[in-house]
Amino acid sequence: MDVILIITYVSVVVFIISVLVRFVRISKLPTHLRWELYPVAHEKGRASYGGSYLEEREWWTKPRESSRAGELKVMIPEILLLAGVWEHNRKHWLRSFPFHFGLYLLAGLVGLLLVGGIASAAGASVSAEGGAVGQALYHVTYAVGYAGLVLGLLGALALLGRRMFNADYREYTKKGDYFNLAFFVLTFAVALMAHGVADPDFAGLRACFERLVTFDVSSAPDGSTWQMGGLTAVEILLGSLLVAYIPLTHMSHFFTKWFTYHHVRWSDEPNLPGSQIERQMTEALQYPVSWSAPHIRGDGKKTWVDIAMAGVEENGE
Amino acid sequence: MTKKRIKVEDISKPSEKLSELRKEDFKPLPPPFDTPEATPDFAPLSEAAREKYEVSLDDTIAVSIPKPKDKAEEDELVAKFLSGLEKLFTKEDNWTFLQPLLLSMEHCAACHTCSEACHIYEASGENPIYRPAFRSEVFRRLYKKHVKSKGGLLQAWRDGEIELNWTTVARLAELSYRCNLCRRCAQTCPIGVDNGLIAHEIRKLFSQELGIAAKELHDDGSVLQLKVGSSTGMSPLVVKDNIEFIDEDVSEKTGLKIETPWDKAGAEILLIHNAGEIMSWPMNPGAFGVIFEVGGVSWTMSSEIAGYDSINYGVWYDDFQLARVAIKHAEAAKKLGVKKIVLGECGHAHKALTVIADRVLTGDLNIPRESCMVTLEDLIFSGRIKVDPSRNDFPVTLHDPCNLVRLMGVVEPQRRIIRHIAPRFREMEPHGVHNYCCGGGSGFAIMSGHNFNDWRHQIGGRKKLEQILNAFKDELDPSIRKYVCTPCSNCKGQLRDLFVYYDLWEKHSILYDGLVELIANCMTDVKPDFIEWEWH
Repeated sequence: MDVILIITYVSVVVFIISVLVRFVRISKLPTHLRWELYPVAHEKGRASYGGSYLEEREWWTKPRESSRAGELKVMIPEILLLAGVWEHNRKHWLRSFPFHFGLYLLAGLVGLLLVGGIASAAGASVSAEGGAVGQALYHVTYAVGYAGLVLGLLGALALLGRRMFNADYREYTKKGDYFNLAFFVLTFAVALMAHGVADPDFAGLRACFERLVTFDVSSAPDGSTWQMGGLTAVEILLGSLLVAYIPLTHMSHFFTKWFTYHHVRWSDEPNLPGSQIERQMTEALQYPVSWSAPHIRGDGKKTWVDIAMAGVEENGE
Repeated sequence: MTKKRIKVEDISKPSEKLSELRKEDFKPLPPPFDTPEATPDFAPLSEAAREKYEVSLDDTIAVSIPKPKDKAEEDELVAKFLSGLEKLFTKEDNWTFLQPLLLSMEHCAACHTCSEACHIYEASGENPIYRPAFRSEVFRRLYKKHVKSKGGLLQAWRDGEIELNWTTVARLAELSYRCNLCRRCAQTCPIGVDNGLIAHEIRKLFSQELGIAAKELHDDGSVLQLKVGSSTGMSPLVVKDNIEFIDEDVSEKTGLKIETPWDKAGAEILLIHNAGEIMSWPMNPGAFGVIFEVGGVSWTMSSEIAGYDSINYGVWYDDFQLARVAIKHAEAAKKLGVKKIVLGECGHAHKALTVIADRVLTGDLNIPRESCMVTLEDLIFSGRIKVDPSRNDFPVTLHDPCNLVRLMGVVEPQRRIIRHIAPRFREMEPHGVHNYCCGGGSGFAIMSGHNFNDWRHQIGGRKKLEQILNAFKDELDPSIRKYVCTPCSNCKGQLRDLFVYYDLWEKHSILYDGLVELIANCMTDVKPDFIEWEWH
């Protein structure tokens, strides 16, 4: 059995489960009080200057106009180009953008290798000599792969350097953060070396993906525990472990950012009579309270609404 | 002398003072305030204060926490802090903000983008303890060590070092009151981490578990309001008397017969002022009376407890006090059967009742709330109020209260009015949702104990002063009267004190006041010269 491919499967499973568990946990937290922050991107006709529906006279009598396109207009440059960091922290952007864009390209590389692996398994030739589609896939994989690895490596090195040599950053950097960046540097460096030395056109990696998508985890004919070359094996091993590791850390912000924007910063849904929010609030107001300050005196039995309606005098202030 | 570097873990190390505030480190102000003598000296804390209170954070105190008598008392307070820390992360005790808090606890990448956005960090000359991420990182490490992972082999390696002791607790309490909660930093965070929220939650922990809060906000603020009716101490009887005086004054001043309606059942609008206006800026409620009467509005004020004072200090430090006051406001409106509540010129009252308490007001307490900016815009542009903009022929700029603008999105109504009635209007830079806090946000405008006044004017309000001076930079000549339109009572409180501190009226004839005063000043139905330039 090819141990490297088994580790890859396990890593993918860990990644998916970690993301799902975190996503569900955050989703199941109670609906909170409103805490929006303007500009709110979906405010139709108002997002450009940060206005809200509260600028309307008797807003509660009018339909709220929300714009999905407005959200995309903000989110796409924010995600792809790190527009906020560009605007507010240009020096950091110079380091952070190559790193993140490199990661996006490498995510694209994984997609291309999956498609290439499936195509190869189906008998198509993905190479410089193949058909038009095979050729395109080959060349795009080549370009995306090297660009992603080079950008990712440079970005990770630049971020690591900033955290090591700039005192403002160093004082906020934990040992674990150094480990995280070093993990990226090592993975990207090994991958570049693997492709520079042993697998210059990603054909070896594509062959691994072909085996992954066909669930061919058999050992090599000579009985060794993996079939690919040594450097490629280390590349896959490190890449797999990194994939499993990311969602277990604060780097899970790659998907939790969806919550900070849509559930907090842009969450401007009013509590209208009969709405779902009102039903959720009615439930939350019944939670027992145990805060101990003299003006609250929660005993774990009195509910939130009991205390809010009681006033301060009943609580001994 | 180079500035001292302060690490996050240093907060736990007992010393006389974690950080020193030196005037020469602060960001220079624009001319003519760019000389050291233009800024008053930062008064040292008195010996009595040093003896009695915990003063080891910086050179001032806002919360005034008494020093524990002995080690046993220290330990007890630390234990209470820990108990509150745990409660803050349970859905039963903190459903109100648990999701945003956890998101901010888990995902900071320490990129320091927030620091650039913070007026306090900038004005202090980049004092490390005022970096928005400093207090958050202290709190994050405490949470991860004592709540999330409860120690463990890799915990310090992964999350950083921190020690929980009385020094940490006392300094953290004070540090939560070195933030205006303006959330400008959160606007710039690429991940959506909200350091303003974390400061807010720390304040809540101290208030809701240890009963520790700034006296001006709790004892003299929300508690007084719930007992007497207003944090100003005005009972219903007194407020009615005061408004009667204001009606008389404003009638004489305008030539109109103004009589504020009280407790008029079935009125369309319940108008709730920040009662501070009635006490300190009586021409503000007076101008509202004039505008509403001339505009033919069906309105009333309420003499119920808290029904005549829109302030809600709970929004800055305590969810239960927030809810209690919001419920009183809603009950007053419900009793009168009004169609809507209109909030007067008070930013935090706007946000507290319209946005933050929105989800607490369920059932028949969910009475619609509207900003007075919107109501006033409608009155002017519907033609019910006639104006002559030439009466406002002086330089005007607009301060954007954070709570009304950045945190509520009410940006343009007040601008449309000002552009219409003030021909020499110019924006501050930056403005709108990117504007800077006045320095009085989160309760600081009413906090002047010990030498905190020096802190809020030399650090908190420094950026706003710079913005105002820049807005009028070509017309600083004292022969030209200038007007900073400030449609928020707390911001006005801060600007009043800031202007006195730097002598802005005497030196440059810069006056602050509200939007309604500017409107009344140009109403053709009103005698000219409503604005009282000599009253400042």
